[in-house]
Amino acid sequence: MKIVMAIIKPFKLDEVRDALTSIGVQGLTVTEVKGYGRQKGHTEIYRGAEYAVSFLPKIKIEVAVATNQVDKVIGAITGAAKTGQIGDGKIFVFNLENAIRIRTGETADAAL
Amino acid sequence: MTFKLSSRAVLGLAALAAGILVADLAFAQTAAPAAAAAPAAPAAPTFNKGDNAWMLTATVLVLLMTIPGLALFYGGLVRSKNMLSVLAHVFYTVCIVTLIWVIYGYSLAFTGGSPYIGGLSKAFLMGVNADSQAATFSNGATIHEYIYICFQMTFAAITPALIVGAFAERIKFSALALFIPLWVTFVYFPIAHMVWYWAGPDAITDAAKALAAAATPEAKEKAQAALDAVNADAGQVFIWGAIDFAGGTVVHINAGIAGLVGALMIGKRTGYGRELMAPHSLTMSMIGASLLWVGWFGFNAGSNLEANGGAALAMINSFVATAAAALAWMFAEWIFKGKPSLLGMISGCVAGLVAVTPASGFSGPMGAIVLGLITGPVCFFFSTTIKNALGYDDSLDVFGVHCIGGILGALGTGILVNPALGGAGIMDYTIGKIADYDMMAQMISQSKGVLTTLVWSGVGSAIIYKFVDVIVGLRIVPDKEREGLDVTEQGERAYNM
Repeated sequence: MKIVMAIIKPFKLDEVRDALTSIGVQGLTVTEVKGYGRQKGHTEIYRGAEYAVSFLPKIKIEVAVATNQVDKVIGAITGAAKTGQIGDGKIFVFNLENAIRIRTGETADAAL
Repeated sequence: MTFKLSSRAVLGLAALAAGILVADLAFAQTAAPAAAAAPAAPAAPTFNKGDNAWMLTATVLVLLMTIPGLALFYGGLVRSKNMLSVLAHVFYTVCIVTLIWVIYGYSLAFTGGSPYIGGLSKAFLMGVNADSQAATFSNGATIHEYIYICFQMTFAAITPALIVGAFAERIKFSALALFIPLWVTFVYFPIAHMVWYWAGPDAITDAAKALAAAATPEAKEKAQAALDAVNADAGQVFIWGAIDFAGGTVVHINAGIAGLVGALMIGKRTGYGRELMAPHSLTMSMIGASLLWVGWFGFNAGSNLEANGGAALAMINSFVATAAAALAWMFAEWIFKGKPSLLGMISGCVAGLVAVTPASGFSGPMGAIVLGLITGPVCFFFSTTIKNALGYDDSLDVFGVHCIGGILGALGTGILVNPALGGAGIMDYTIGKIADYDMMAQMISQSKGVLTTLVWSGVGSAIIYKFVDVIVGLRIVPDKEREGLDVTEQGERAYNM
């Protein structure tokens, strides 16, 4: 099993969710985050007080999938979240040791 | 406040005169016995229900300006951890000043005494009841004194509430609680008395009539002395001839300079210039600024004290000057900073309202637009470039908007009142018509009014801040400042989400 973690543009969340649902992904965790990458920040001005806002709002999604699903999931996220502009985000993949469904006690792939 | 005699009042006087004339003729023709001869006594002033209804409305509009208008405007501009503290400061100010006003404030501001401060003859509203009358700006027209007391009460309440923006996010609540009563007592009441207190139109006109009617040299001398005494029964700035329709000096310069002194004495916010201190909700600020604009019609058009052409003039001026200043600030920002911001528009809106306040009943509408167009960029420049260059932390630009806007308005009023520029002119009640305009003399009077306010409020406020600092300490400790005043001072937070 793998965890696929993706940082995406906030307004792309719904498209990414639809794309993942359409390939059979059953669950997803979403967090509002801030960060910076190559996009850097921007400047905000309030009555002449200029603030360099270096952390931009992004959405972090985490999805646990069976190992053989990883490429499809990466493809779905990439396809849905891509605008071609700087700041589209990144995808990270981790190994996942185990998963347990709390209600039934099922483990591993059965719990996903 | 206007000295323009409304056309309705002129008609009324003419009708009254004609009526007396007809009565006299009838009396002569029929030679009826004495009963009809009594009208020789001056007609008692009349309550006009329209005037009273308008002033009731105007009074609550000014309250709306302060809560929630000003409170939301300021609250949106601070960080979310200090939202409630600002709202609490404004609300506390309204409540405490309301009570002080009826206990001794009204009496100190609006009874005779010296040219600098009134007396205590109306302390606890002594002698005032539901039938008491207060003068307006027309001969023979009055409003209920209770309404006048409430109307002026709302002015006394909003003025110190304006100051809280200057030291927002770092003052102790106990310091504010002590500062506000002291400030209104020693700064606001004297300035209001100096600028606005006068004997009223009827007293002057009656004394002038008595002088005209005096036959013998001795009687003339006596009548002249009486007229001089009536004219001297006024505040010092009023006697100098400075005009301030709705409070450019009394409210805005007064609060603005007190704010600057406060920002300097309390010191900068921790992290000022290094940390992000962006407004937490410009949505709230936009609602607040818009409520300020709506309420300001009560403030400016209400300062006419009557529902007549003078109020109409103040209303249209409060529309156009404000719109002009909002746009002028926005375009200045667009040109110099690259983006036309909403905060710029609503800041310009408030600056325009401030500047038109003293001018609203005196300037013509086109003059008011010019005033707004100048005020927007100048206040923008003061609130951005000058503030940053000098390095003081006037959190919400009380000085840059209210003091600078107030000064522009007070001086601009001296020019725009000129009938040749479309202004309304200044009423001279001794001769019963608009006085000749003398720009030099008027500008000197206006400048004296501005300087008196700056010095009185600047020095007075400094002394009061120092006193409060010694008694309870002005400034919150840095740890509590970091955590936010809502939790540490009020014990609650604005947003539990």
